[in-house]
Amino acid sequence: MMNRQGRPSTPGDASSGAVDTVLGHRGLDHEEALIFEQGQAGRSGVDLPDVPAMASRLGSLGRKGPIGLPGLSEPQVVRHYVRLSRRNYAIDMGLYPLGSCTMKHNPRLNEKLARLPGFADLHPLAPLSTTQGAVEVMGVLAHWLKVLTGMPAVALTPKAGAHGELCGIMAIRAAHVARGEGETRKRILVPESAHGTNPATAAYCGFTVDPVPATADGRVDLAALKAKLGPDVAAIMLTNPNTCGLFERDIREIADAVHGVGGYFYCDGANFNAIVGRVRPGDLGVDAMHINLHKTFSTPHGGGGPGAGPVVLSAALAPFAPLPWVVEKDGRFELVEDDKGQSFGRMAAFNGQMGMFSRALAYMMSHGADGLAQAASDAVLSANYIQARLSDVMTASFEGPCMHEALFDDRFLKDTGVTTLDFAKAMIDEGYHPMTMYFPLVVHGAMLIEPTESESKESLDEFIAVMRRLAEAAKAGEVERFTGAPHYAPRRRLDETLAARKPVLRWTPPAPAKAAE
Amino acid sequence: MRYLPLTGDDRAEMLAAIGAPSVDDLFRDVPEAARLSAPVDLPYHLGEFEVEQAIGAMAAKSRHSGVMASFLGAGAYRHHIPAAVDHLIQRSEFLTSYTPYQPEIAQGTLQYLFEFQTQVALLTGMEVANASMYDGSTACAEAVEMARRITGRHRVVLSGNLHPHYAEVIHTLAALHGTEVVSKPAAPAGEGDLAGDVDGETACIVVQYPDVFGHVRDFTALARAAQAAGALLIVAVTEVVALGALVPPGAMGADIVVGEGQGLGVGLQYGGPYLGLFAARAKFVRQMPGRLCGETVDATGRRGFVLTLSTREQHIRREKATSNICTNSGLCSLAFTIHLSLLGEAGLVKLAALNHARAVTLADALAGVPGVEVLNDTFFNEFTLRLPKAAAPVVESLLARGILGGVPGARLWPGDPAADNLLIVAATETNSEAEIAAFAKTLAEVLA
Repeated sequence: MMNRQGRPSTPGDASSGAVDTVLGHRGLDHEEALIFEQGQAGRSGVDLPDVPAMASRLGSLGRKGPIGLPGLSEPQVVRHYVRLSRRNYAIDMGLYPLGSCTMKHNPRLNEKLARLPGFADLHPLAPLSTTQGAVEVMGVLAHWLKVLTGMPAVALTPKAGAHGELCGIMAIRAAHVARGEGETRKRILVPESAHGTNPATAAYCGFTVDPVPATADGRVDLAALKAKLGPDVAAIMLTNPNTCGLFERDIREIADAVHGVGGYFYCDGANFNAIVGRVRPGDLGVDAMHINLHKTFSTPHGGGGPGAGPVVLSAALAPFAPLPWVVEKDGRFELVEDDKGQSFGRMAAFNGQMGMFSRALAYMMSHGADGLAQAASDAVLSANYIQARLSDVMTASFEGPCMHEALFDDRFLKDTGVTTLDFAKAMIDEGYHPMTMYFPLVVHGAMLIEPTESESKESLDEFIAVMRRLAEAAKAGEVERFTGAPHYAPRRRLDETLAARKPVLRWTPPAPAKAAE
Repeated sequence: MRYLPLTGDDRAEMLAAIGAPSVDDLFRDVPEAARLSAPVDLPYHLGEFEVEQAIGAMAAKSRHSGVMASFLGAGAYRHHIPAAVDHLIQRSEFLTSYTPYQPEIAQGTLQYLFEFQTQVALLTGMEVANASMYDGSTACAEAVEMARRITGRHRVVLSGNLHPHYAEVIHTLAALHGTEVVSKPAAPAGEGDLAGDVDGETACIVVQYPDVFGHVRDFTALARAAQAAGALLIVAVTEVVALGALVPPGAMGADIVVGEGQGLGVGLQYGGPYLGLFAARAKFVRQMPGRLCGETVDATGRRGFVLTLSTREQHIRREKATSNICTNSGLCSLAFTIHLSLLGEAGLVKLAALNHARAVTLADALAGVPGVEVLNDTFFNEFTLRLPKAAAPVVESLLARGILGGVPGARLWPGDPAADNLLIVAATETNSEAEIAAFAKTLAEVLA
């Protein structure tokens, strides 16, 4: 097989001339010591004015000893982080097919606008008359979210998806308490395919988690669900499209059944990107749904956060929303921080993830109502294209169209000696971040692929070609290619067992060398 | 649409490969009544220039701190952020990467998290720290939950001088579990000894350092008293720069230290995203919430880093997890760790000293204003004034003269008349001596 430059691409070529380098660097791949292993006492990368002498007001609590931080100049610090950055995969480098994570392009306009001082240089407790620009962004964002979801209210405070789940379940709990049913409704139904945050949230809020099984076609078993309903059910937490990448066809019937016993329908909105602009959750009977602005509305994932998880609420739950909230009065937006009503309280200091609000609004306004629907369409089309082009060499878990992500399992690897993990690590050698693996739990050796709308057809075709070749290689017995992978990453496979058995969670200074005897 | 690469021809070819007549057909599992036939009632797409104009016009409606002298604190502090910080966090490889679940191609993120955890542990004087929480307030509430799990007790004592937002977040979560929360009354002139409030049923006592009014107190005796009763001492730090000047909470015997890391690298951002710091004694590590990064080796014996002890976390443990947290404040922790690396030991110590000096200058200047009483004997870069009249209108008058003159008590304790005349005032390295002099002069005019 020849690569793009017309050179042979047989594995092993690149390493055939491997040499040990003096410092361990390999061309552009630099080994980089910890910041604590660099630097000199007294050096700093920041110049500050001289400190005028005056009597301390720290009482007896002035720091007695050194902190233990290293001292580096600015060029050293810049080089450190640039070198580290080059050891990361990123959306800006290539397709990032993490199912359920929606790794789409992050427009740089959004970064620029979030840094406008009218948003970024505002103190959260500044007089409200000085923060109108930020509050207006919150108000306009809230309007877009309500229209897109067909829901009457939105709580902006939650700081990430799981925090949004907490918000929604607390609102549901408060509504039950207000009806005098707080003590009796103690059970929340959660499908087996749910994100781990769903059962964790329900349990965190003091509810019993009751799992609902899936049918053979990857959806909630409606009959089993109905059998579990009763007057002690507080809510169902359901992801739709679900984590198998499938739309829950019985969604209305599920919502009606839960409502029929006095429960609420919490929808996990992690997969909203599949339907934004085309389907409104409010039309599906949803009472509360968080929206991951860092998924659907493209605020950067940033290596694990920050996110933002606004929660849209039905009229029944809106009165219980957390403080603060934004109201519009005569064309002006106001922030309400204090309320004597039914709000369940405050779930974080200050006003939510402003820096994410401005980015998400820029994304929404750039796409518009038409572009958002097109993005959802392209995301679903791309996932179906991958599913169609790979189904003869890999094993799709379910028949029929998927939504924004395609789910495969490991049946095609049976008896090859290659696991889903091995397969994923081999993708790294091919220049890709692996797909989500071993999730959802309802299929064996799951591989969940979400291409998003950000990929060109050429990019999708390259990815498909690589996946096909890998599937064929696994079946052809090229086992080492997988079990030894990754070969070409900055690190080979890391020993996670060792890390957990003997946790080393911070750097500690090396013990002083013993004096020579 | 500039962000969507697929062309009409691409879409047609892809549909042909799928064997579907249309994209609409791929949505056939959606109940027909719920499928929208036209775009929702919102504006259509816009070019970059038009979006920039529209959102820029909104930003222009704010009067931000940069155009006025700002003395606002009370949980968020305006510090200068070196240009290198914002440049480096916008490197694509940091900005557009996911949680480092594939460690072989995420060593950049993992190594800085390991360094971040080390920095937080050193600053707080604790043995271990996690890879961040949403913000200081949620970290504080999670610390209370952790103390409940460790002690198996359900009574929590909150210092009256804990930031009221932090206390509210604790109350909100405590309500879920039937936890009894004892909130002491706010003590603007300094809080008395809390040791008597800890009993054999107490899971933890939560104090702030420096406290919300700015007082700096030694909690060594309180830590001993709490631990003697089988309770934990949780110390919350809302201004992390203070730890460059103060004895770390770990040295006083704190069991858990939480903090707001916003002061380094993150900026004001109208309240978020911020950075929750979370540090504890090593023996409690398996009860900690959030992600932890640990050192290990790869298959060839080279040092590397991975997320570890994830059997505490929701994606493994589901309903038995220590918290439901998933996404944290990754990029904010990067900004924090870069800023702190730039400062280094000498830089942080000097920055803290400079903050303290500015606050001392400010306190002395304001103490000279007729009718104004400074309530603090001790403080770091923030203290509390008692004015001869309600503070909120005074703040508005100062604003009319171009000064953000502090956070009035009524903003934090609405409806509490005892707070009406209080003004919490902070000074940082961004406040010049000239600004400080002008503030004192203007306050005198406003109060006259």
